[in-house]
Amino acid sequence: MHRRFLTFALATLTAATLTACTAGTESAPALGSQPRPSGSASAALPASTIELWHGFSAPAEVKAFEDAIAGFRTKFPQITVKLVKGVQDDQITQAVRGGKAPDVASSFTTDNVAQWCRSGTFQDLTQVIKQDGIDLSVLPEVSRSYTEYEGRRCVMPLLADAYGLYYNKALMKGEQPPRTLSELTALTKKLTVRDADGTIKVAGFMPSFQYYENTASHLAPMVGATWYKPDGTSAVGSDPAWKELLRWQKELVDWFGYDKLEKFRKSLGQEWSADHPFYKGKIAMVLDGEWRNAMLANEAKDVDYGTAPLPVSDAKPDLYGGGFTAGTVIGVPKGAKNPQAAWELVKYLTTDTSALVTLSNALRNVPTTKASLESPDLVKDANFQTFLDIFAHPKTITIPASVNSTFNQDSLQEFMVRWEKGSVTDLDAGLAAVDKRFDDKLKLSGG
Amino acid sequence: MSTVHAAPPRWRRGEGLKALLWMSPWLVGFAVFFAYPLAATVYFSFYRYDLFTLEFVGLDNYRYFLVDDRAWVSIKNTLWLVALMVPAQVLFGLGVAWLLTRLKSGVGFFRTVFYLPSLIPVVAGTVSFVFLLNPSGPLNQFLEFVGIAAPDWFGDKDWSKPGLTMLAMWGIGNTMMIFLAALLDVPKHLYEAAAIDGAGAWRQFRSITLPTISPVLMFSTVTGVIYALQYFTQAMIASRVAAGVTDSPGTAFVPGYPELSTLTLAQWLFHVGFRDFSMGYACVLALLLFAFSTVFTLILLRRFRAFDEGGDR
Repeated sequence: MHRRFLTFALATLTAATLTACTAGTESAPALGSQPRPSGSASAALPASTIELWHGFSAPAEVKAFEDAIAGFRTKFPQITVKLVKGVQDDQITQAVRGGKAPDVASSFTTDNVAQWCRSGTFQDLTQVIKQDGIDLSVLPEVSRSYTEYEGRRCVMPLLADAYGLYYNKALMKGEQPPRTLSELTALTKKLTVRDADGTIKVAGFMPSFQYYENTASHLAPMVGATWYKPDGTSAVGSDPAWKELLRWQKELVDWFGYDKLEKFRKSLGQEWSADHPFYKGKIAMVLDGEWRNAMLANEAKDVDYGTAPLPVSDAKPDLYGGGFTAGTVIGVPKGAKNPQAAWELVKYLTTDTSALVTLSNALRNVPTTKASLESPDLVKDANFQTFLDIFAHPKTITIPASVNSTFNQDSLQEFMVRWEKGSVTDLDAGLAAVDKRFDDKLKLSGG
Repeated sequence: MSTVHAAPPRWRRGEGLKALLWMSPWLVGFAVFFAYPLAATVYFSFYRYDLFTLEFVGLDNYRYFLVDDRAWVSIKNTLWLVALMVPAQVLFGLGVAWLLTRLKSGVGFFRTVFYLPSLIPVVAGTVSFVFLLNPSGPLNQFLEFVGIAAPDWFGDKDWSKPGLTMLAMWGIGNTMMIFLAALLDVPKHLYEAAAIDGAGAWRQFRSITLPTISPVLMFSTVTGVIYALQYFTQAMIASRVAAGVTDSPGTAFVPGYPELSTLTLAQWLFHVGFRDFSMGYACVLALLLFAFSTVFTLILLRRFRAFDEGGDR
């Protein structure tokens, strides 16, 4: 009897262990298996309530989402849309794994798109896009690239971010914004103001990689640096553009003095507050996203500023005008209870010109379709237009989709911080170590 | 030829079942909350598992551990905390408790003062502490006032772990209370006899106090070591506050600011598992943490047993 009991207990334990691997299998209908409205027959879709999770949390942002969805509610009165704000990527993944997926989910970043596409966390939209005859060429190529992975399009671009240079006209001493790295260096030195003891009072430009938006991904387009080789392994160590960027940056850091620059950096106000150093006249030129226009309008109306594309490598003047872009993505997670209604909402939000323009006007992000970019309803001034141009520029790049996107960005960023501090003596060896880290992780993730 | 097995006496079998029945709540708890998770952790450590897809990879996850430099940094940091933070916490808790036993008046007041920080929620306490120690905070202003060059505690990789140790010492309320109870429990007549024999304060402490409170000392050290091995919240919050990064949607953050100096094994395990969703590899790190806890506990138990036996002689 004891033996039988033991056998039973062991069998139960083994079964439980093994079944744990398959938990979370969905019983919800898959996308394409439910009735869909044909053409303008919106009533063909059954009444339902769908839930949309998004990352926005400020009242104005939440209201913008509500306003953008108003058109969908008119078109599909039988569908109730419930919005859930302030959701992060890992919450989405865990909800899908736990069988509690929302019908629609959106993310502020493109970092997890590859992982979501590969694992099936988000459903493949290829078939319904084809069924509904959506022409994806209405999206710039760069937006198409950050919303798919290995042929699976599991999300659509909702709004995009583009990065450029903001300059404080009062601090520019009549100078024009720089177009090349050498011009940026010269202007930084000219515009920097120090106390008698060398303490920095105003920086022409903050070269520190630890400063807010000065990340590897945002700076890479200035030198045309690439992340991966065609086989997906790291290109960081072999692409001379990274070395050019790092050497240029270190020279400028050393001109400031690392310790003095760090002291200055730590004295600056928070990035997402009204104490931002650009508002306070502490920095003359900053790299930032298009959203800063809206923040300046709300928090620092008196700052007289201009915007321009980021300066580029002296050896690659054709890069000028481009920059970095990525953006908000939206899709239908696996296990969505009403996938067809969810897809209709995704389609509406990502392809309807009016919805995109409404969102862009309220959130001051870049709309993603060509029609919305050219819409007369899109509110734009010269400063915002700079970012629309950067987004549409053929040299604008993004981080290619990778299952280790976050890990790889963190790894390079960590190396760059050690580099600027002077802790790295051999740049080639350091970058080779970054390569190895990327590639080891790639192997762990199954290539 | 057949072997004849004698059946156990009926009464003994009945007794055994009864014992099993009485033990069953514990057995169920042990199986559900320990054996099953442990078996599942071992099982998944041989798989590539992202919460959705499962693929057998043999020892790949273990091999990756050997080249994962962040894992090694996190182990080094965790061992630093075990080696320095735990003794500092135990000695400080014991010292404060001992001082409280010597006070003639105001005992209640000081006991409350030293206990209060441990009542503050960990996150709130850590945030306040980081602000207290920030470059322009009151502590650094005081240090500069008395002519000492103040460090940038949580912004400097050489000072961040000592900063966390100070935070741990600030919250020694529970340890102090346990030591206080143990110290007050030492029979007074032993001290009186020792004093008559001419033993000084140090001799009395070494020969009477320490052996008497050694079970409490062992408890505090073992739980302190296990706690340090799982050190997570304070390090995570302190690094985020010092880096000025909030955990908001779309914000990436490398744990361990500055320069990975506050990255602990528990944090790295969490990051790998729940940010990276490399569950198979996270299981390897979890097994490593389990092995560390077991080895440290066994070593400490042996050391204390040897100390007790030495004390008895």
